[in-house]
Amino acid sequence: MTAPLDVSGSAAEAHPESVLVGAGKAIQGRSLTRIAWMRLRRDKIALGGGVVVVLLILVAVFSSPIISLFGHPPLEFHQDQIDQNTLLPKGTFGGMGAEHLLGVEPVNGRDVFSRIVAGAWISLLIGFLATIVSVIIGTVMGVVAGYFGGWVDQIIGRIMDVFLAFPLLVFAIALVGVMPNEGFGLEGDGLRIAMLIFIIGFFSWPSIGRIVRGQTLSLREREFVDAARSLGARHGYILFREVLPNLMAPILVYATLLIPTNILFEAALSFLGVGINPPTPTWGGMLSEAVRFYTLPHFVLFPGLAIFITVLAFNLFGDGLRDAFDPRAH
Amino acid sequence: MVTYIIRRLIGAVAMLIVISMVTFGIFFVVPQWAGATPEALASRYVGRAATPETVALIAERLGFNDPVVVQYGRFVKGLVAGAEYDYGAGVEQCPAPCFGYSFISGQPVWPDLVDRMPVTFSLAIGAAILWVLAGISVGVLSALRRGSFFDRLSMGTALAGVSLPIFFTGMISLVVFSYGLGWTPPGGAWTDFTVNPAQWAYNLLLPWITLAFLFAATYARLTRAGMLETMGEDYIRTARAKGLRENQVVVRHGLRAALTPLLTLFGIDFGLLIGGAVLTETTYTLPGLGQFAILAIRNQDLPQVMGVVLVAAGFVVVASLVVDLLYAVVDPRVRLS
Repeated sequence: MTAPLDVSGSAAEAHPESVLVGAGKAIQGRSLTRIAWMRLRRDKIALGGGVVVVLLILVAVFSSPIISLFGHPPLEFHQDQIDQNTLLPKGTFGGMGAEHLLGVEPVNGRDVFSRIVAGAWISLLIGFLATIVSVIIGTVMGVVAGYFGGWVDQIIGRIMDVFLAFPLLVFAIALVGVMPNEGFGLEGDGLRIAMLIFIIGFFSWPSIGRIVRGQTLSLREREFVDAARSLGARHGYILFREVLPNLMAPILVYATLLIPTNILFEAALSFLGVGINPPTPTWGGMLSEAVRFYTLPHFVLFPGLAIFITVLAFNLFGDGLRDAFDPRAH
Repeated sequence: MVTYIIRRLIGAVAMLIVISMVTFGIFFVVPQWAGATPEALASRYVGRAATPETVALIAERLGFNDPVVVQYGRFVKGLVAGAEYDYGAGVEQCPAPCFGYSFISGQPVWPDLVDRMPVTFSLAIGAAILWVLAGISVGVLSALRRGSFFDRLSMGTALAGVSLPIFFTGMISLVVFSYGLGWTPPGGAWTDFTVNPAQWAYNLLLPWITLAFLFAATYARLTRAGMLETMGEDYIRTARAKGLRENQVVVRHGLRAALTPLLTLFGIDFGLLIGGAVLTETTYTLPGLGQFAILAIRNQDLPQVMGVVLVAAGFVVVASLVVDLLYAVVDPRVRLS
């Protein structure tokens, strides 16, 4: 005799609806952010950039514990690593090894790895904060120009033209150069960092301003703004509650793309010797010191690669973010 | 057309006025906000060894105690009509455009600037030819073969290109091609075009290529984006439908429309470069306006810094003006409106 077929277990689960994928879940509308996130998740290159960006931020934020973990402060001299006749590092490849991961600098033997890590903090700090400054100025100017139009738009548009056509680098150099060493209640590195944030941010807002202005122009004509206006909402309410929330996506995208530009700006100023003063480690400053030691190419390579990887990661992530929010833009 | 030109000219003059105000502000007003007194400003003009009485006297002579508006008026007058300086030991004539005298050498600033212009101009013009040719052709080919291996390779390279600072690529190129392989001269080599054109080009080859690479990356990306957009337009379909050959469709209809926005950018980029390719000149130690600016800043030589800033801004304004006028030639809509 064969055993009777046991159908009890599976029969209980075999609901007719279970053939439909996703049954049991309520059907939901997808928000714009959700659609963008789904697109972004499929973009492997952008995600790779995003992961590197997160890692860089972690390294920058935890730069002091990382440096103390390896035990060589960025300003500490290691004269024992330096050949006193040539002033070059004794070891091969600039003294690279377990003790000094990326070698030591010529002349005074400072640890390259810890200087790169410390430089990450300054680079990202200035890159982020300068971007926030330009986002604030750019958003306010762009929204006001786009929303009110007319002569307000004309004037702000002209101001943006002037800024876009300014020899920014020369101006920034001049401005940093004429600044006294103390002022605004700050001095030393604190003052230099604050000044760089303000100057870089102040000179790079028009790119955001233009985008925001264009978006505001089209938002202004949309039905929900009309609706709010006909309900008697005031300008402030419309700007902050109706227009601004819809500008968040483009602002976020272009802010992400502005960060690498600002990081390059800071590196350029420090390279030229008008940014952060030595001995405080910055990537640009390290490159400018490396000029004299071109026989040691890796000494040029590490700070250069640090800048390159950082800027590239932000660009890849920003490009992906832009494509995700607005596929037509690419 | 005439009203258009006049409007643009007025715009350019207005721009120059704004720039002179900002420059003036940077050098004379902002330091005062940060707490510098008229005496502190004047002390830069007399050297460190001067007595407080001399400093106060110079501050009075140079008018640092006057209202800002009066000071600005005097500054503009010097630029337009020349100026007379009275340091106490006789009056000195400074012909227009008067940017004052260098603190270090005591020489007038303007002739020094003129001396350095050929270097920066040579650098900019060679690089511009290279980057326009390379950037646009790569951009067009990428757009036409969207998604192909060529497209991905060139766009990947372009993205890397915009992420590389020029002082890094410049240094690497010097290490490899000049000090390593010995193909190109070391940094600092400069021969005037009128002396030896071949040597001139040979010396500038590496800076040209490095600088062009950076800009070509941007232009390739923008050309590609512009071409993708225009090639999807209806008039391209019309052009194809009426039986034009494909390269005519691409060049006459597609590229022409895609390139117009790039013209503005080119005007600004080129203007900025001839005003001083600061980073390139510093990396390759070329004796141009950009290097002049950096040296002036390091020496705290204010009149020189101010001169180079104003000249740089002037070049941008002129380049933008030329581009705007070119627009009227290229794009009939500009002429008619």
